[in-house]
Amino acid sequence: MRICEVTDLGMMGYAAALGVQRELVERRKRGEVADQLLFVEHPHVITMGRNGRSENMLAPPELLERAGVEFHETDRGGDVTYHGPGQIVGYPILDLREWKRDVVSFVRGIEQAIIDALGEFGIQAGRLAGATGVWVAGAKVAAIGVHISHWITSHGFALNVDTDLSYFQYIVPCGLTKPVTSMRKLGSPAARPEVMRAITRAFSQVFGLDPQWRRND
Amino acid sequence: MTDVVMPQMGESIVEGTLTKWLKKAGDRVERDEPLFEISTDKVDTEIPSPVAGVLRDVLVQEGATVGINTVVGRVEEAGGSAAPAPPAVAEQAPAVEEQAPAEVRPAPQPPAPAAAEESAGPLSPLVRKMSREYNIDLKQVKGTGAGGRITKQDLENYMAQQGARTMAASVQAAPRPAPSLPAAPPPPLEVPPVPRAEGPRTRVEPMSAMRQKIAEHMVFSQRTSAHVTTVHKVDMTRVAKMRGQHKEAFRQRYGFSLTFLPFVTRAAAAALRQFPIVNASIEGTNILYHNEINIGIAVALENGLIVPVIRDADEKNIVGLQRSIVDLSTRARSRQLKPDEIQGGTFSITNFGSFGSVFATPVINQPQVAILGVGSVEKEPVVIDDAIAIRSMCYLALTFDHRLIDGALGDQFTGHVKHILETWAEEIL
Repeated sequence: MRICEVTDLGMMGYAAALGVQRELVERRKRGEVADQLLFVEHPHVITMGRNGRSENMLAPPELLERAGVEFHETDRGGDVTYHGPGQIVGYPILDLREWKRDVVSFVRGIEQAIIDALGEFGIQAGRLAGATGVWVAGAKVAAIGVHISHWITSHGFALNVDTDLSYFQYIVPCGLTKPVTSMRKLGSPAARPEVMRAITRAFSQVFGLDPQWRRND
Repeated sequence: MTDVVMPQMGESIVEGTLTKWLKKAGDRVERDEPLFEISTDKVDTEIPSPVAGVLRDVLVQEGATVGINTVVGRVEEAGGSAAPAPPAVAEQAPAVEEQAPAEVRPAPQPPAPAAAEESAGPLSPLVRKMSREYNIDLKQVKGTGAGGRITKQDLENYMAQQGARTMAASVQAAPRPAPSLPAAPPPPLEVPPVPRAEGPRTRVEPMSAMRQKIAEHMVFSQRTSAHVTTVHKVDMTRVAKMRGQHKEAFRQRYGFSLTFLPFVTRAAAAALRQFPIVNASIEGTNILYHNEINIGIAVALENGLIVPVIRDADEKNIVGLQRSIVDLSTRARSRQLKPDEIQGGTFSITNFGSFGSVFATPVINQPQVAILGVGSVEKEPVVIDDAIAIRSMCYLALTFDHRLIDGALGDQFTGHVKHILETWAEEIL
């Protein structure tokens, strides 16, 4: 089975985590490292994907600044989204040539992994036709946005564990005017580490990987 | 030329959206260097160039969605097909093309060096490079090397010899129209054109249908009504406090935030009941008093604006108004409004405060006779009973049609809205 190194970067700024990702993407391209699954928790940040439309940013920059929210434009797919404390952000860096050369299957796979992981906490999540992400009763619990270069993936998903959902008021998440939710709001007291482990199990299952946890020193 | 196609990024994928060209026509690109980006279902993928060369044709514009295997562009391979050129030469290749004006696409002629090679035999990389750099037609050069091969020395001699003639020719030739130039010896050494600023000074783009409608509507309104704007300063502290108190509970209960806008809308609806002439239209020489109070809310779109209507706004409480505002504005942004939701307005509100404006003078939405503009709510020092207090202040600007509404009435109406907001008593939740 292919090895997948799993690292929890802990709390890390968006730009710094992007740097870590980019370096690993380059090294993965050169075959110097195995597939990677990075977990990170970002301080308040709003990011806009390549297909982002500024009308989905509801707050002016000054307001964001006052609210202590950073803003980044980035090269992942999808529209605008929010990351912040209480969210598990996952960045899989996989070489899809070793799995399936199919970007849509990859996204569906991430969705499946999160759906399976949420199932472990008694949350029945699913998909919504035409709206990538993981949904519970019409509300989005996890967002997905991916970048691929030479079949190497980067960016990934963000699952709301006990995120303060009020920060989503600054945006129209992913350009969709549907509500957002979190595991906490759905009644689960689960904490970050156990959810991370559940995701890792489900993710490895879906993508046929052998997860090896690494300490982030 | 190598065709670059929309790749298939998965079994079930039949098309992709080209989101961004990472190179412009005329740019050099290395093999496997990212050339453009495509988007399929939340995935952005960088597509590398299949060959090294120069991006010649951009056939699919950014934002277009095309089927897989559609040719999106063409890359002209470096060095041509004759013989694999050494890198040094390849790097120089674009220089020749760049001397042509930027807009002119390269003519589909065989590249000059290939033709030269046929007539002059094999060339050393150095000679090839020099001939490209100085744009020398090698057919004009007499080779003195082994088997008539052109050497570096031959080129230098040729250039020295041509130098004077070229200068004279170009000075003379310049004012004359091109066809009258003697056809025989083409000027071998072109004086490079003066570098131009990037691109032309203007760009022509047709207005979207929506933009045309807005333009028409705005000018029509300015021509129709006698626009006058009156501005009242409103102390929103009471409303701000109520909003602050209920904000969290409100969001938890209803799933959307409580803003200032429903308060202003509610106050305006009540004032419109009080002053029916502000909720009227003019038809010829008649005044049409509308019994319904249908308030349009201006929503900014990416490339325009639209004014969806809250019907019977006076019958809705704060929750109902906020719900309508969120619903209409989000559907406006996703272009999902039904036609009857943007018709039948009897009065409008525009919330430019959300973009940071303190006050503005809005244009009336015909055939209505007034529009209320809401400035940003900001804390300010205010004198109350000879003491300075910090209050949440907001400017309300009413633009009214002076044909029908006199200044005094316009101010009474706005004053009433102000009074309701400053003495807000209604429960929210």
